[in-house]
Amino acid sequence: MSIRVRINGVEKELDVDPEMPLLWALRDVLGLTGTKYGCGQALCGACTVHLDGQTVRACVTPIRRADGHSVTTIEGLSPDGNHPLQRAWVDLGVPQCGFCQAGQLMCAAALLEKKPKPTDAEIDHSLAGNLCRCGTYTRIRAAVKKAAGMSGE
Amino acid sequence: MLPQVGPSELRAPEAFGVITDKTDRSRALFLEASRVFLHPRCANCHPDGNSPYQRTGWQLHDPPVQRGPEDRGIPGMECTSCHQDRNAELARVPGAPNWHVAPLSMAWVGRTPRQVCEQLKDPARNGGKTLAQIVEHNAHDELVGWGWKPGADREPAPGTQERFGAIVAAWVETGAECPSEEARP
Repeated sequence: MSIRVRINGVEKELDVDPEMPLLWALRDVLGLTGTKYGCGQALCGACTVHLDGQTVRACVTPIRRADGHSVTTIEGLSPDGNHPLQRAWVDLGVPQCGFCQAGQLMCAAALLEKKPKPTDAEIDHSLAGNLCRCGTYTRIRAAVKKAAGMSGE
Repeated sequence: MLPQVGPSELRAPEAFGVITDKTDRSRALFLEASRVFLHPRCANCHPDGNSPYQRTGWQLHDPPVQRGPEDRGIPGMECTSCHQDRNAELARVPGAPNWHVAPLSMAWVGRTPRQVCEQLKDPARNGGKTLAQIVEHNAHDELVGWGWKPGADREPAPGTQERFGAIVAAWVETGAECPSEEARP
């Protein structure tokens, strides 16, 4: 089945099984490997991308759901790695191993899109589904606040 | 005097014909329907707070999601960030069309059958529905219907959606009476 989907602003036509997880299409068909496979069960958040601006866990989202819609991955968050969140992430040295960070960034970006000045609780609630085994949570929260133009912790 | 049924079954509406008093029959029909309303498969997403429940022991949903202003989650943690329009067999994530939690006015967890009954009949707390619309919703809504086909190893709600719809319809036809506060199925 042919799936038409706009990926990071570029129209793509994919001839894939409509039940193929979006994550598979991104990584294996399109070569966009910035989005990570973590648990495969929507429990860790590593595969978070935007579907029409809303976060989805790409590992459990069938590609048919994206047919006719727009997907943004970490590769498309900004043209040059200059999104305020990406700058804050670099400034504060947020990542440790880095595996979860694309998902963390995409989730944080969706939050700031809807809540430009989130409270600590709002940050924690929105990112509660994104796990970090290195425990970088305090730096993540500080970087989200820095990107939002709020004072850090 | 009603026939015995197992925990996974619902009595047929005709079985309630043995109750001659119409008001009592209506109350008994609602108690039967309350076995579905208050089953965890249904009540888990009619929570009494900001987070839905999961499994069968009123365990809070993990990951810790919030209902949000429209009962569909919050940025980054929308219900449909994970839940699709059908069950995900391999990942075991449950899914159905229009996945969301019921508004607080429709909370069932911790309520008695009578309290649920009064909520259901009150347009201010039931989404402005008539009794006919309540019957239709229960009998045919796809998200309601998920309760009987929850996927993975989840225990379904008792009976079938068809029989549940018939019981709710019979309850309405007999006057939509609410059981007493102490009454339990």
